[in-house]
Amino acid sequence: MNLDQKLYTVKYTPDEESHLNPDQSKCKNCVSRNCTYICPAGVYEWNEEKQELIINFENCLECGACRIACEHKCIDWKYPKGTKGVTFKQG
Amino acid sequence: MLNKSNKTDVIVVGAGPAGIACAITLARAGKEVVLIERGLFAGSKNVFGGAIYTKPTKEIFPNFEQEAPLERRNITHNFMILGEEDSTSIAYRKEGNESYSVIRGKFDRWMAQKAKEAGVILVEQTVVRELIKNGTKVVGVKTELEDYFADIIVLADGINSLLAKQIKLRKEIEPKDVALSVKEVIKLDKDIINQRFNIKDDEGVIGEIFGGSMLGILGLGFLYTNKDSVTIGLGVTLDDLVENNYRPFEVLEKLKQHPTIAPLIEGGTLKEYSAHLIPEGGYKKVPKLCDDGVMIVGDAAMLVNNLHWEGTNLAMMSGKLAAQTAIEAFEKGNFSRKTLKNYEKKLQKSFIMKDLKTYRKLMPIAHERKKAFMGYYLKKINSFFEMFTSVDGTPKKENYRKFIKSIFTDRKFGELCKDVWALIRLVWSILI
Repeated sequence: MNLDQKLYTVKYTPDEESHLNPDQSKCKNCVSRNCTYICPAGVYEWNEEKQELIINFENCLECGACRIACEHKCIDWKYPKGTKGVTFKQG
Repeated sequence: MLNKSNKTDVIVVGAGPAGIACAITLARAGKEVVLIERGLFAGSKNVFGGAIYTKPTKEIFPNFEQEAPLERRNITHNFMILGEEDSTSIAYRKEGNESYSVIRGKFDRWMAQKAKEAGVILVEQTVVRELIKNGTKVVGVKTELEDYFADIIVLADGINSLLAKQIKLRKEIEPKDVALSVKEVIKLDKDIINQRFNIKDDEGVIGEIFGGSMLGILGLGFLYTNKDSVTIGLGVTLDDLVENNYRPFEVLEKLKQHPTIAPLIEGGTLKEYSAHLIPEGGYKKVPKLCDDGVMIVGDAAMLVNNLHWEGTNLAMMSGKLAAQTAIEAFEKGNFSRKTLKNYEKKLQKSFIMKDLKTYRKLMPIAHERKKAFMGYYLKKINSFFEMFTSVDGTPKKENYRKFIKSIFTDRKFGELCKDVWALIRLVWSILI
């Protein structure tokens, strides 16, 4: 089963603006880009052409792993607004 | 219910087991408590392996076994040691009611309802963005809409506790001190679950999984039976995911395909995928637990006993102890750090800090020797049983000798000595 199929089972109420805001100037020179593989929802993707991180924040499971794993500690990580984000029914 | 100044006795941030236990204990003692939860409802942002423990839960909710939405009463602990393809299991089975599997979306919501009935003011769908300080004392919380004030603020805002970080009670978490957990709840017919796990309708099994897709890394898998679903998941320390460039869901997917695990979940459909961080730092990473006007409980205080899969019980008990400390503080009319330090003393005297202290060396040693203890020896246990059960005409004495010899050829003598030394240090630290 691929990640999209897994995420399809999760209930989200997405916000319009991202609650995850990495400092893209640091991401550009980041060697490891840990966020692009440790994220359980695949929120972060590196766009080679634009030389920036694509942030699929609407898929975020709000675990906080990216903030801690980020080599530069440069992700401004907030909880989504009170009515937004993920709603687990089977946690 | 609050007066115009939005001032109450106690504000508890986070309606998980720690926050709810704290709030309800205070309300029962006649205090006015506001419990703030960021999710749509209590439990909607919460994820755990799968079991709550009867004795500590009863201390907060004496009739929960009759009233709460429970899944199954666990009667079996199955320790499963997985090699690449094979496995060795030890299952301990005993009739009893030590723990129950629950679904947090239902169970936490029920607990929060109980808290409301006891007089707690539950404010859902509200994120506390920061703490308000007056000098050194925390005096209130800033939410998206309003500011609330209280004599005491209790932080039960979970593993990420941005609030504890804001007031510098907690340092930045390091990747080695948390495990990233991913889990799947897989729908299966009740009768199929009963057959596969050799249980009756209300009986449940806990699976503790070692190795498999986590061979050589600091990770453990878990399996719980619910009424009509099976929970399968794992937690791997974040530094191991980073070092190995692992995607957590791929590690889980591989575990699900292991020949020992696959038949247990075969034919099921995924109900929900989820992820959460688990505090794994142990005793040495427990933060400062209080300051002027504030205390930290549960995951926010990193109170998890990972070896025994215990967390919700530590959360509930820490919440209760913080509430008791708050009640004493109201009697004195003093909410300073000095008064709230009694919470720390209570924790130290309880099983919570005693157990964390017992295992203070566990994670440092586990990190040091993970390739051996979480990899090599798990495989070796399986190869022992492979040898023991093989019937291929080779004389047994030769098999035994070959097996023992292999340990010395597989591993350098120096490494073996380090393994033994690590084991001695660990056992010594636990017992002495």
